[in-house]
Amino acid sequence: MSAGHKSLLLVVGAAAALFLSGCSPNYLVLNPAGPVGREEMHLIVLSTVLVLAVVIPVFVLLAFIVWRYRDRPGNPAAYRPEWSESRILEIVWWGIPIIIVGVLGFYTAKTTFALTEPPESSTQPLTIQVTSLNWKWLFQYPGQGVATVNYCEIPVGVPVQFELTADSPMNSFWVPQLGGQEYAMPGMAMRLWLQADKPGTYYGHGANFTGEGFAHMGFNVVAVSQKDFDQWVSKAKSTGQALTEAGYQQLKKPGVMGTATYSSYPPGLFHDTVWTNGGRYDPKMAGMGGTDGRAGMMPKGAASMPGTGAPK
Amino acid sequence: MSETLRNFANTYLMWNEGPLIWGSDVLILLTIIGIVGVLTYFKKWRWLWDEWLTTVDHKRIGIMYLIAALLMLFRGGVDAELLRTQLAIPGNHFLDAAHYDQIFTTHGTIMILFMAMPFIFALFNIVVPLQIGARDVAFPYLNAVSFWLFFFGALLFNISFVFGGSPDAGWVSYPPLSELGFDPGPGENYYLLGIQISGIGSIATGINFLATILKMRAPGMSLMRMPLFTWSVLGACIMIIFAFPALTVALALLLLDRVAGTHFFTMLHGGNPAMFVNLFWIWGHPEVYIVVLPAFGVFSEVVATFARKRIFGYASMVSSLILISVISYFVWVHHFFTMGAGPDVNTFFAIASMAVGIPTGVKVFNWLFTMWRGRIRLSLPMMWTLAFIPTFAIGGATGVMLAVAPADYQYHNSYFLIAHFHQTLIGGVVFGMLAGMYYWWPKMFGFKLDERLGRWAFWFFNIGFYICFMPQYALGLMGMQRRMYVYPADMGWNTLNLVSTIGAYLMGIGFLFIVAQVVYSIRHGERDLTGDPWDGRTLEWSLPSPAPHYNFAVIPVVTDRDMWWILKREGREEELMPRPEEVKDIHMPKNSGVPFLMGVCFFVGGFGVVFNWWWLAVAGLAGVLLSLLSRSFQYEEEYSLPAEKVIETEISLGRL
Amino acid sequence: MAVVERELKRVAGRAHQEGPLQEDAGRGPLEYRDPHQAVKIFGFWLFLATDMLLFACLFATYLVLRTHTDGGPTAWELFDIPGFTAETFLLLTSSFTGGLATLAMRRDRRNQVLGWLAVTMALGLGFLGLEIKEFAADVAVGATMQRSGFLSAFFTLVGTHGAHVTYGILWMLMVFIQVARRGLTMQTARKVFTVNLYWHFLDVVWVFIFTVVYLFGVVM
Repeated sequence: MSAGHKSLLLVVGAAAALFLSGCSPNYLVLNPAGPVGREEMHLIVLSTVLVLAVVIPVFVLLAFIVWRYRDRPGNPAAYRPEWSESRILEIVWWGIPIIIVGVLGFYTAKTTFALTEPPESSTQPLTIQVTSLNWKWLFQYPGQGVATVNYCEIPVGVPVQFELTADSPMNSFWVPQLGGQEYAMPGMAMRLWLQADKPGTYYGHGANFTGEGFAHMGFNVVAVSQKDFDQWVSKAKSTGQALTEAGYQQLKKPGVMGTATYSSYPPGLFHDTVWTNGGRYDPKMAGMGGTDGRAGMMPKGAASMPGTGAPK
Repeated sequence: MSETLRNFANTYLMWNEGPLIWGSDVLILLTIIGIVGVLTYFKKWRWLWDEWLTTVDHKRIGIMYLIAALLMLFRGGVDAELLRTQLAIPGNHFLDAAHYDQIFTTHGTIMILFMAMPFIFALFNIVVPLQIGARDVAFPYLNAVSFWLFFFGALLFNISFVFGGSPDAGWVSYPPLSELGFDPGPGENYYLLGIQISGIGSIATGINFLATILKMRAPGMSLMRMPLFTWSVLGACIMIIFAFPALTVALALLLLDRVAGTHFFTMLHGGNPAMFVNLFWIWGHPEVYIVVLPAFGVFSEVVATFARKRIFGYASMVSSLILISVISYFVWVHHFFTMGAGPDVNTFFAIASMAVGIPTGVKVFNWLFTMWRGRIRLSLPMMWTLAFIPTFAIGGATGVMLAVAPADYQYHNSYFLIAHFHQTLIGGVVFGMLAGMYYWWPKMFGFKLDERLGRWAFWFFNIGFYICFMPQYALGLMGMQRRMYVYPADMGWNTLNLVSTIGAYLMGIGFLFIVAQVVYSIRHGERDLTGDPWDGRTLEWSLPSPAPHYNFAVIPVVTDRDMWWILKREGREEELMPRPEEVKDIHMPKNSGVPFLMGVCFFVGGFGVVFNWWWLAVAGLAGVLLSLLSRSFQYEEEYSLPAEKVIETEISLGRL
Repeated sequence: MAVVERELKRVAGRAHQEGPLQEDAGRGPLEYRDPHQAVKIFGFWLFLATDMLLFACLFATYLVLRTHTDGGPTAWELFDIPGFTAETFLLLTSSFTGGLATLAMRRDRRNQVLGWLAVTMALGLGFLGLEIKEFAADVAVGATMQRSGFLSAFFTLVGTHGAHVTYGILWMLMVFIQVARRGLTMQTARKVFTVNLYWHFLDVVWVFIFTVVYLFGVVM
C-alpha cells in the first residue's frame, strides 16, 4: 500500500460513504456482508466515479451547446460552418478516456487475480459442493458428510470454497451480499470463494435461466457462529434421513421443492456427477479428487474408458 | 377421425392453449383475408409481382426491409408489454412460466435479428448507392436474394407462435437447455432455422455492400471523401463478414444435435456446452456493434445537416469507426466472465471491452463539437439524435462498468445488465434508426412525416424510456435476476417494477403515435418537391424525391466530402444536373422472380426440418439448389434504357 | 477472338458511367476486362473469406472435441493412412489441373479448357468416392456421428468439406456446359476463373484437414 494508494482509497471511500448513505438495505450488492462482496463494491464505486468524469461533462456540454447554438433569429453566438478541426481538442478527448481505462484496467486486473485466492483469514477454509438441478440447489459438505437442498449453513468468518457444477442446464450461483456469481456448468467444477463476516440470512438465487422452474430456484445462505454451525451439523447427522443414490435420481427429476436436510450422501457423488457430464475431459479434474474425502480414488468406471483424459 | 383431428389441433395448432392463441389465429386469418381481398378487388396482384416481389431495385428492397422492420418492432414490442405486465406486481398470474419463457425468447430474438437487422439493412439499401453516386449495389440480384431470405426466415420464426409452439430457451439459447433432453418441442428448431435462413441473407448483404462501397463509387469519391454513414456501413459490413459465419456454425451444430443426434453440446457422450457459448458470442458481440455502427453513421449525417456545419474531426470519426470494428472481435468473453476462463483471460477481455469506450467517447465529443458554433434546427431527426447522446452516455458508462470483470460478477444476469443493453440498443440503435427513418423518409416516399405527431411520439417514447429502464439499474443492484416470471414480494422490488412497467406502456403509446404519424402523413404530410427538404450536404439530396430508378442520369464527379452543400453555397447546383448531350443509354439489372422463389423453397425446406418431415425438407432444399444452378445459366441480366427515355424522365422531373 | 472484340466494344460503350470500376476496363487478363465481371470476382473473394471463417469455427470445434471419445473409437484407431493419403493426392492433383484450365482459358484455348475441367471433375469424383468409402468403413465399425463428440466434430468438419467438393463438381459441370456452348467470352471466362478459385480454396482447406485431423490423429 503506497501513499498514493491510500489517498485514492480515501477518496473512493468518501464517495462510497456518500453513495451508500442514500441506500436502503434492499440494495443487496451495495450492502455486502463479506470481504469478497466488499472488494467488488469498491470496484463498482470506483468505476462509477471514473465514468462520471466523462458522463457529467457530456451532459453539461450538451445542454449548453443546444441552448447557445439554437437556430433562433438574432442569436449572437458565433457561426463557423467550416470549423471542423482542432488538434488540441481531439488530443484531450482521445487522451482522457485512455487514462480512465488505464486506471480502471489496473484495478480490474488486480482484483480479478485477487478473487481467485481465498479471503485472508486465520481459519481453515470450509468446502461446500453445490449442484444445480432442475429446479433446486443441492449442497454437500464433504468435510461434514451432510447435505441440504435449497439452503446452506456456513460459519461466520470462515472462508468458504464453493465448488459448483450442474446436473442440468447451466446455472449461475449468486449470493449478492456475499459476493459475485459463478456459473454452475455440467462437466465442470467451478470454484468460488465467499465469506460472511456477520451472522445473518442472505438471499441467494440462480442467475442463469434453466427452464420453467427457474424463478423458484431461490435459496438462503445462513451464516452462524462456529459453535452453532457445529451444533447444526451434529443435529443434521442425527435427525435427518440419508440421501441415497436412488434418492438423488429422484432429486434430479424436474420439479420445484422446498428445503431438505440429509444426514449423509453417496460418497463421491459430486465428483461422479462432474465426471460423467464431461469432467473426464478436463485436465483440471486431475486435482479435483482431494476435496470429496476420497483423495486419489478413481471414480467409478474410469479404468474401463480408454481414450479419455487430458489432451497430450 | 375426430380424435386424430383433435390431436393435430392440440399438437400443432395449440388449441388447448386458450384464448390468446385463438385470438391470434382469428387475427391472422382476418389479416390474410383482408390482404387477399384488397389485392383482388383492386386487381393489384400483377402489380405486386412485377413491381415489388421481383424487384432488384435497391430503393424498393430498402422500403420492403423498412416495412418488415416496423412490423417486427410492433411484434417485439407487444411481447415486451406482455412481459412488463406480468412483472408489474409480485406473484402475478397474468402469464404462466411456459408462456413467459416463450415471450422473452421471441422478444429478444425478434428485436435483435428481425427488427434491428432489417432496419439497418433498410437504410443501407436506401442510402448507400445514392450517397456514393452509384446506380445500384454491386450485385442487385443477390440483394433481392438477401431480402427474401431474411423475410422467409422471419416468417418461419413468427409462424411458430401459432403452429407448433415458440422457442423458450432464451434468445441466446444455451445448450444443454436448448438440447432435446430439456426442450423437446419444435420451438427451438424454429429458432435455429429462422435465424439460420435470415443469417445467410445477412452474410450476402455484408458481401454485397462491402463490394458496393469499395468498387462502385462515383469518380473522384476517394475513401476520405465518403459520407460518414457510408463509412459506418463499411465498418458494419466488415464485421458481418467476419462474425456471421460463427453464428452459422453454432446454429448448424446445435441443429445437428437436435435432429441428427450428434453430441456437440450435449451433457453426455463428450459434448461441450461451453463451446456453443463461445461460438455464439464470437458472433453475438460483433453483432451488437453491427447494429449500432450504422446508427452512429446516421447521427453523423443528421448532426452535420441540422447544425449546418461540417462534421467535426472527420478523420477521428473514421478511425474510431474502424477501431470499434476491430476491437469488437476481442471482447466476446465479457458475456461470460463468470464461466471461469481464468483471471488472465478475464483481464484481457475486460480491458479490451473498456477500450471500446474510448473511440465511442471520442465520437460523442465529436458530435457535440460539430454543433459547437453551428446553427441547430430541432427537426425530428435532430431531436432523436440529441436524445441519443445522454442515453448513450449512460449506456456506454454502464458498459464500461460492466467491463470491470470482478464487478461484473455482481451485475451479470441481473437487471443491471438488462438496463444497460436496452439503454444502448434502444438509445443507440432504435433512436438512430428512427432518426434515419425521419431523415430519409422524404427521399423514399416524396413527403415529410408530420412534425406535430412526431413530437408527441418522441416525448412519450423518451420519457417512457427513462421511466422504464432507470429503475432496472436499481433492481439489478437489489439482486433481481433476469428471466424470472415471478418474484418474491419481500425483496423491495415491487415499486420499481411497477414504475418500470408504466414506462414500458408509455413507450408503447409512443410507438402508436409513430404509426398514427405515418398513416396521417400519407395524406397530409408536407410534399417534398425539391428533393432537398433539410438543406442536406451529400449527393442523395441532389436527386429528386423519390429518386428515379436509375438514380443518376449522369454519374457525378465528386470533388469534396460535402459536395452538394458546397455547390449550393457557391451557387453551382447546375453542375449536378444532367445535360442532354451527356446522357447515354443506361444498363439496368432486370427484375427476377427467382430470389422470391428461392426464399419460398428455403421456407418450405426449413419447415420440413423443424418437424423432421424429411420429404418436405429435401424438396425445399432441392428447390434452393435448382434456383442456384438456374442462375448460372442466366445471361441476359441487364436491359438497356435508351438515352431518350432517360431525358424524358429527367424533363418530367423538371431537371432538364 | 471476334467474340471478345465485340464485347470489348460494348464495354467501352459503357465507360462513361462506371467511375473507378472503369479504370481497368479492357485491360488485364480476360476474366477481368469487363468491369461487371471484375466486381463479381471481388465479391467472390469476399464470399471465400466468409467460407474460410466457417471452416475456422469447425476446426476450433474439432480441436475442442478431439479427445472427447466417450470410450468409443479414437482417431488413432480410425484413420487409415493409405486411404487419406490417396484422397490428398487426388485432390491436390485436381487443383493443379484446375489451374491448367485457368491458364488455357487465358490463352483462349477453348478445347483445352474443357479437357482440363473434365480431368479436374474426374479427380474430384475420385476423391469423393474414396471419402465416401472411408465414411462407410467408419460407420461399419460403429463409428457414427452419434457415437461421441469427437466423431460428431470429425464427420461434420470433413463432411462439410466433402459437401463443398460435391457442390464444386456440380458447379464445374455447369461451367463446362456453358463453355462448350458459348465458347470463351468474358462472362464464361470469369466463370471458369471463379469456379477454379473455389476449387483451390477447397484444396487449401483440405491441406489443413490433412494436417490437423489426419496427421495429428495418427501421430498423437
